[in-house]
Amino acid sequence: MLGFSAKATPPSSDRRWKIVEGTMRRHGYAPFALIEVLHTVQESFGFLTDEALRFVAESLKIPYSKVYGVATFYHFFTMKPPGEHACVVCTGTACYIKGAPGLLKAVEEEAGIKPGETTPDGKVSLLTARCLGACGLAPAVVYDGEVAGKVTNEQIKERVRQYRKLPTTTTGAGA
Amino acid sequence: MNHEELDRIAQIEQSNTESFEHTIKVCTAASCLSSHSDEVKTALEKEVKHRGLENCCKVKGVGCMGLCAAGPLVSADHNSKMYQNVTALDAPAILDSVVENKPVQPAIALDPKIPFFTGQKKIVLENSGEIDPERIEDYIAAGGYQALFDAITGMTPLQVIEQVTRSGLRGRGGAGFPTGLKWTTVAKASAKKLKYVICNADEGDPGAFMDRSVLESDPHRVLEGMAIAAYAVGASRGYIYCRAEYPLAVKRLRMAIRAAEHIGVLGNDIADTQFSFRVEVRLGAGAFVCGEETALISSIEGNRGTPRPRPPFPAQEGLWGEPTLINNVETFANIAPILKKGGDWYAAIGTEKSKGTKVFALAGRVNNTGLIEVPMGVSLRDIVFKLGGGIPDGRKFKAVQTGGPSGGCVPDQYLDMPVDYESLAGVGSIMGSGGMIVMDETSCMVDVAKYFMDFCMSESCGKCVPCRVGTAHMFDLLQKITEGTASDSDLELLERLTDMVRQTSLCGLGQSAPNPVSTTLRYFRDEYAKHIHDKTCEAGTCLPAGKAAGVGA
Repeated sequence: MLGFSAKATPPSSDRRWKIVEGTMRRHGYAPFALIEVLHTVQESFGFLTDEALRFVAESLKIPYSKVYGVATFYHFFTMKPPGEHACVVCTGTACYIKGAPGLLKAVEEEAGIKPGETTPDGKVSLLTARCLGACGLAPAVVYDGEVAGKVTNEQIKERVRQYRKLPTTTTGAGA
Repeated sequence: MNHEELDRIAQIEQSNTESFEHTIKVCTAASCLSSHSDEVKTALEKEVKHRGLENCCKVKGVGCMGLCAAGPLVSADHNSKMYQNVTALDAPAILDSVVENKPVQPAIALDPKIPFFTGQKKIVLENSGEIDPERIEDYIAAGGYQALFDAITGMTPLQVIEQVTRSGLRGRGGAGFPTGLKWTTVAKASAKKLKYVICNADEGDPGAFMDRSVLESDPHRVLEGMAIAAYAVGASRGYIYCRAEYPLAVKRLRMAIRAAEHIGVLGNDIADTQFSFRVEVRLGAGAFVCGEETALISSIEGNRGTPRPRPPFPAQEGLWGEPTLINNVETFANIAPILKKGGDWYAAIGTEKSKGTKVFALAGRVNNTGLIEVPMGVSLRDIVFKLGGGIPDGRKFKAVQTGGPSGGCVPDQYLDMPVDYESLAGVGSIMGSGGMIVMDETSCMVDVAKYFMDFCMSESCGKCVPCRVGTAHMFDLLQKITEGTASDSDLELLERLTDMVRQTSLCGLGQSAPNPVSTTLRYFRDEYAKHIHDKTCEAGTCLPAGKAAGVGA
C-alpha cells in the first residue's frame, strides 16, 4: 500500500538475530519499540555493535542517527565488547559511604583498569552500577551476575586475580 | 471472573493454608536471595520431607521482611518465631524450633518484638513477607482484587476519586502532589483516542529500594492500584516503567500480569463489566532523568529520555499526546487499602498535611539496615535510633541524607523533627522517594556533596544549559575543595551557582541538584572552611588530610 516495505536482512546468519527479529515482530516493527529492541540485542550479544544499530534502524524505519542517539543516551547500553568476566561495583549512596571508592581503587591497583574498562587480556571488565538496591549488603559487588555483599578490598582483588588466572596471594597493598 | 469466583479462589487458598499446622516463610526478595535464601528454602523443604511432615509444615517463599541487614530471614507461625542470618545448614534446627519448640542457637535467633518490627505501621507493606509474590491465589486470599471489584461494580469513577481525595494521599515519588487532584485532572481531560495510566518504577535514587521491594514482594498490589486508577480516570491501557537493573522485580511483575490476565482480573470485561484494562512492562535503560514524568513518557515512546517544559502537564497531554496519569509504585500500592477502609481511615493516620504512612529504605551507618514503614510525623530520632538500632561501633551520628541526589543532609539538631513533607522541606531537604542514608563521623560532608554532584553531572540529560554546564562546574569546584586547592572565592562562586542552577534549570533534576551542596553548606560550613583554609579533612576521606584513613579499610 505505502510504497515498498522490503524487510531488512540481518547482518549475518547468526541465529541470535532471530531473537532480535522476534522482539521487533512482537511490537509490529513500531518505532517506539526501539529501546525494547536494543535491550534484546544487548541481552543476546552482550553489547551493541554498529551493524546491529544499522540493522535495527533499517528494520524499524528510524534514522540511524536517532538509533545511535538513543543507544548512547542510556547508561545501560554499552558499545564496548565486555570482558570474559564482569565485576560490577555498586556505587549507590550506601555502598559509597561504606567503601565502594576503595573497591574501585583496589581493582585499579590490581589490574590497572578504571570503571568502564577491560583488562588488556580481555578477562575482566570493571563496571559500576548506580544502585543495585541491595543497600543492606553494602558495599555490594556483582561478580558475573551473582551479588556479593560486604565486600572488602582484599576480596575483590583476589577475585580479579582468579579471573585473570594469576597466582592468588594474600599480600595486599592495603587500603 | 466475577465477585463469587474471586471469593471462591480466596476460600480455597485459605482453607489450604489452614490445613497446615505450621507455615515457615523464607524471604525470597533480592537482598536475601543474594545471601542464598533460595538454598535455605530448598533445605527446609527437604528437611520437612525427610521428617515426613509434609502434611503439617508448609514452606513458602515470601517477599521482603524488612530487616535486610540480617538476611536471609525466616519466620514461622505468624511471625511469632523469627530467624536471622540463616544458612541451609540451619534447616534442622529451625524445624526443631518450629515443630518441637526447641530453642535455637543465639546466632540465628531473631526477636520479633524488637522495635524495628513493633515500631512500624504497615499499609503498603502489609503483604510483604506474608504472601508468595509469585502466586496470585495467595494475594487474592489476603483480600486482593476485592477493592478493584467493589469499585468497578459498586462505585462510580467520581466516588473512587472522592475517596482518594479524602484520604489526603500525596505522591510518594517525592514531590508530594495531591493524588486525588491529579486523578481529577486526568478524569476531566478529554482523550482523542484513549487515556493512559503509567506506574513510575524507575527508582533511580541511589540508596533507595522501596519500590524494588514492593514490586518483588507484592506486585499484584501495584497492578490493582493501577487498575482502580484506570477505572477512576477512564483509562484502558497501562505501562509500568521499571528499571532494567531490577531483574527480579521485572520478572515478578511480568508473571503477575500474566496470571492476572489468565484468571481475568485484568484484561477485557473485568468483573463482568464493560471495564477493560491492559498493562505492559517497559524497561528503563539506566537514566536517572527518566524518573521525571515527561522524560519517562519520552522514553516509553522510544526516544532519548529528555524532559520537556510543562505545561502542558501529562494529565492533559502525556503519552502520545493523550491524557496520562503517572503515579509512583508506592502511591499505587496505597490505593486498594484506601478504597477498602475508606479515605477517612487513611486521613486519620499521619500529620495534618502529610497523611498516611511512608516506606523508608534505611541504609548506611545504621545497625538495622532495611525497609520500614512508619506513620508520617514520626521523628528522625525514632527512625534512626529506635527502629534503626543506632549507629554501629559506638560512633557518633552526624547526618541523615534524605531524598537522594535531590535531597539534603539533615544534621543532629533536627533529630526530633517530625518526618513529613513540610518539615523536611523546611530544613532544605525533601521527602523524596524514601531513601534515608545515615552517616556518622567517618563521612566527610564535602565529599558527600561531591558524590551527589558527580551523580547529577553524569545523569544530566544535556538538554538545558544551566544543568548541563552548572552541575559540571559545581563538581569541579567541589573537587578543588576536597583536593585542598580551593580559595574563598571558589566557595563564593559555588554558592552563587547553587542559586542559579536551582532557578533556571528546566526540570526537577537540575532544580534540585544543588540541594546536597546547599544543605551541607548550611549545616557543615566549618568542614568546607577546614578543607579550604587548613587543608584538612576531619573524616579522613579527602586528599588534604594526606592520611586517607577509615574508609573501606
